[in-house]
Amino acid sequence: MKIAIPVNAKSMESAICQSFGRAPYYLFYDGEEGTSEFKENSACASQGGAGIKAAQLIVDEKADVLLTPRCGENAAQVLRGAGVKMYKTMNDSIRENIQAFKEGKLSELRDIHPGHHRG
Amino acid sequence: MKIAVLSGKGGTGKTFVSVNLAAVAGDAMYVDCDVEEPNGHLFFKPGAVKTRQVAVEIPLVDSERCTGCRVCVDFCNYHALAWVGGGVKIFDEICHSCGGCIILCPEKALTGKEKVIGQVQRGKSEAVTVLSGMLNPGIPSGVPIIKELLKGTEEKERVFIDCPPGSACIVMETVAAADYCILVTEPTVFGVHNLNMVWELVTLLGKPCGVVINKFVETENPAEKYCAEKEIDVIGRIPFDAELGLLNSNALIAVREKAKYGRLFGDLLARITGEVWL
Ligand code: SF4
Ligand code: SF4
Repeated sequence: MKIAIPVNAKSMESAICQSFGRAPYYLFYDGEEGTSEFKENSACASQGGAGIKAAQLIVDEKADVLLTPRCGENAAQVLRGAGVKMYKTMNDSIRENIQAFKEGKLSELRDIHPGHHRG
Repeated sequence: MKIAVLSGKGGTGKTFVSVNLAAVAGDAMYVDCDVEEPNGHLFFKPGAVKTRQVAVEIPLVDSERCTGCRVCVDFCNYHALAWVGGGVKIFDEICHSCGGCIILCPEKALTGKEKVIGQVQRGKSEAVTVLSGMLNPGIPSGVPIIKELLKGTEEKERVFIDCPPGSACIVMETVAAADYCILVTEPTVFGVHNLNMVWELVTLLGKPCGVVINKFVETENPAEKYCAEKEIDVIGRIPFDAELGLLNSNALIAVREKAKYGRLFGDLLARITGEVWL
């Protein structure tokens, strides 16, 4: 089970990023091995569908679940299309959220906001 | 001559100034390029309106031909394409119709399909030809509508372009087409901040410009000071005037209602014409 989380820095001690599409890094955490890997978000400052590009990265890394405070409609479409499940984080601690997810304490993400981009 | 009327933010009096200038010029054209919120037509109330749809091309994928090389997904600067579940997914509302993916697809799996993004209306109000662009909600870019509007501006001697507010790329499009720019501002510190943004834009594009201070009360104000520092001409000062405000909020054209406003804008027009022909 591979878990993806938008984060502010390349560290397990850093905070979860409040924006999914504009996060500077994504953490990919392997639930079985307990290993973690950080990937840079090349689209964080880009125009247009940053959320779509970010979702593409999550899908390409073959993550099974995404833990995030929020997510845009367009990104959610990409993630759903690839069968990635989305869960809502409860605070900004990476470790606490991974733990909570493993214990089945996180709920599915419901508040998907409409993606609105003008260029 | 094409005169672009700009302001750093909405509600400064940009439409008020351009509508009244066009009305006082008589045989002129007013072009509303504020396509997200066009309201010049509310003042002019043009008759004999003709409407034309504006469409752009967005890609359509033929999944039989697509081999999944992802060239298109990697190319799209706006991230309007994603590779999901073994197929290309196209986000219409993000696509800017650059056409790049259609050209680049090695399998010719992408073709263009038309999508209506808004319309252009053309009518007459007394001697003024009124052109308005209207962008449908949720469309990422109004630039194609502005291009369509500007195509129609060659036929008149005097054209007044009511630009979109701000200084984004859509504003560049309208400024690039102009011979002279009028920057409308309020005399406040906040007004100056926005004025500076548009001034930088027109200067970057090398266009001559002048400032009109709206809701002017006294000579000592931040806008006046700013213009003196930057050596920008203040070509007009429109006094703070309750009557003017009332006419404007009732969607009436001041120069058509009162002779004294006709003189105010007539003087401004003469000044601009002088600047352009210098
Ligand atoms: S470039 Fe053409 S063949 Fe390649 S993924 Fe895109 S649509 Fe398919
Ligand atoms: S036409 Fe341009 S903006 Fe639209 S999807 Fe293709 S590459 Fe992206």
